[in-house]
Amino acid sequence: MSAPLLEIRDLHLWMRSFEGEAHVLQGVDLQVGHGEVWGVVGETGCGKSLTGLSVSRLVPSPPARYGRGQILFNGQDLLQMSEAQMRQLRGGRIGMIFQDPTTNLNPLFRISEQLVDVALAAAAWRPELLGVPAGASAREKRRAARALSLEMLERVRIPDAAQRLDDFPHQFSGGMRQRVLIAMALIGRPQLLIADEPTTALDVSVQAQVLALLRDMVRDFRMTVLLITHNLGVVAQACSHVAVMYAGSIVERGPVQEVMRRPTHPYTRALLAAIPRREMARGALEGIPGTVPDLIHPPPGCRFAPRCARAQEGCRAQVPALEPVPSALAAGAGHEVACFHAHPVEAAC
Amino acid sequence: MLTIEGVHKTYPGQRRGWRRSAPVQALQDVSLEITRGESFGLVGESGSGKSTLARCILQLEPVSPGRIVFEGEDLARLSPAAMRHARARIQMVFQDPQASLNPRMSVHDIVTEPLVIHREVMGLDARQRTERALELLQLVGLGEQHLFRKPHEFSGGQRQRIGIARALATSPTMLLLDEPTSALDVSVQAQVLNLLHELQQRLSLTYLFISHDLAVIRYMCDRVALIHHGQIVEQGDCQQVFDAPQSDYARQLLAAVPSLEGIGAAGSDGQRTPT
Repeated sequence: MSAPLLEIRDLHLWMRSFEGEAHVLQGVDLQVGHGEVWGVVGETGCGKSLTGLSVSRLVPSPPARYGRGQILFNGQDLLQMSEAQMRQLRGGRIGMIFQDPTTNLNPLFRISEQLVDVALAAAAWRPELLGVPAGASAREKRRAARALSLEMLERVRIPDAAQRLDDFPHQFSGGMRQRVLIAMALIGRPQLLIADEPTTALDVSVQAQVLALLRDMVRDFRMTVLLITHNLGVVAQACSHVAVMYAGSIVERGPVQEVMRRPTHPYTRALLAAIPRREMARGALEGIPGTVPDLIHPPPGCRFAPRCARAQEGCRAQVPALEPVPSALAAGAGHEVACFHAHPVEAAC
Repeated sequence: MLTIEGVHKTYPGQRRGWRRSAPVQALQDVSLEITRGESFGLVGESGSGKSTLARCILQLEPVSPGRIVFEGEDLARLSPAAMRHARARIQMVFQDPQASLNPRMSVHDIVTEPLVIHREVMGLDARQRTERALELLQLVGLGEQHLFRKPHEFSGGQRQRIGIARALATSPTMLLLDEPTSALDVSVQAQVLNLLHELQQRLSLTYLFISHDLAVIRYMCDRVALIHHGQIVEQGDCQQVFDAPQSDYARQLLAAVPSLEGIGAAGSDGQRTPT
């Protein structure tokens, strides 16, 4: 198979704070192939959003500082690019959707204006998007951008899109606003879509619609997606692969069936055990004892060791690297785990 | 224990220029009965009226028409002073402990504040209140060392424990839990849910558990009511409602929950593994 579309190699990120410099990404490694939908899961503060933001280079630095590491997109290192080059990629090759659709739309402008702006900006680098001849006037371009905006709104299944095009954001419901943002992210026909908690602010029924929509868009546009979420149910529904993050590094990754059915890292298993399931007796739910480690003074060795029931002496001395799960335990290829004492037990699902 | 009979709540429409938009029917003919010692779940999407109902129960919003009877007393007919006394017996835990705890107060002040407000009922002096605060902190799994810290020094789960300790301060018989774990991570949510279960057993509390998370409701509750556009569309035994929903809305809602069981529904084109 060809080279992956996105490859994050040993990415380290430090974040300055009052108490000191926190090592928030501690060697993130991820290869995302064309057409794959990767779920990045983890709890608050594990670095999943910063991983996504790093790919679009939206982490403000300072206070952030990149150490080692590369982010290769189509073979080019994004960390070495100039801001001008990044602006070409954002909204063009790399699309983004964020959690809260309300704060990401400007309340003072009609959505048509906001969509047209994005379309024109994307078309500035790739004129073929609008489908107008090279020497077209600004007015013609604008008309074409408007037509494209309407087409995208129809693609994301906004009812009566032609009438809604000139509405203001407040006239849309939460789910509809998220659709507008998806349309906006897809208008530049991105190869890679970064969706950071796209359904967290939505009700379950709306969430199901938005996830179904994303799935169709992935198929129609042959897109690759990095879906950042804390909801393992969403990952199970929408993703082909999953990477579980804990305290700034990936502790387990692989095809979604493989990881969910045969979770190998103690953290992944604890995370799955913490979700209430049907037929579970009250009081039987298992939380994870302890708290997330302090990233300013991280514990030595495996970051999860202080909370892990399986931890032994060796765990506190050395940081385990991501290695393929022993073939005796894994049914499929590509399942990797960073643990010295990995042995899976069939998950209850 | 708590009977809600035909409760309606209408908010006046917003003024737009010289016109008023149509009034909003937040609750329509809601009737529920919660028996002593049970966990009653109230599920609904945003804007369905579930928090409005909680506010109505505490008489923070007047209802018309309808009756809310708590331990044999019609709450709407109580005098303001009698209502204050009744509130010592129904306490509330809010969704976001970050927002519901005053950042400038110490844990001691937060937990003892209800004791000061209800001092006529509780009759504790300052020293006894501090002792009670300590007892409450231990009850929710915190310790003496936390007594004089401020909310920002705690994690989200610990803050919610403080919120629960405050709610328990006046020894209520009923807790209204309004999305108590929605702002928490799953591992912390599990701890808080287990704590709530344990407290219910120990203190024989009655819970009205409001949530949009069906898995949490199923885990925590004996009976459940689904509320949609201010109307109860279905209520019954938790098991029954979840396994054999009767109304279309319940079926839709249950189908929409992304479950771990349906792994890999992403379709075959996303399934390629890297070589």
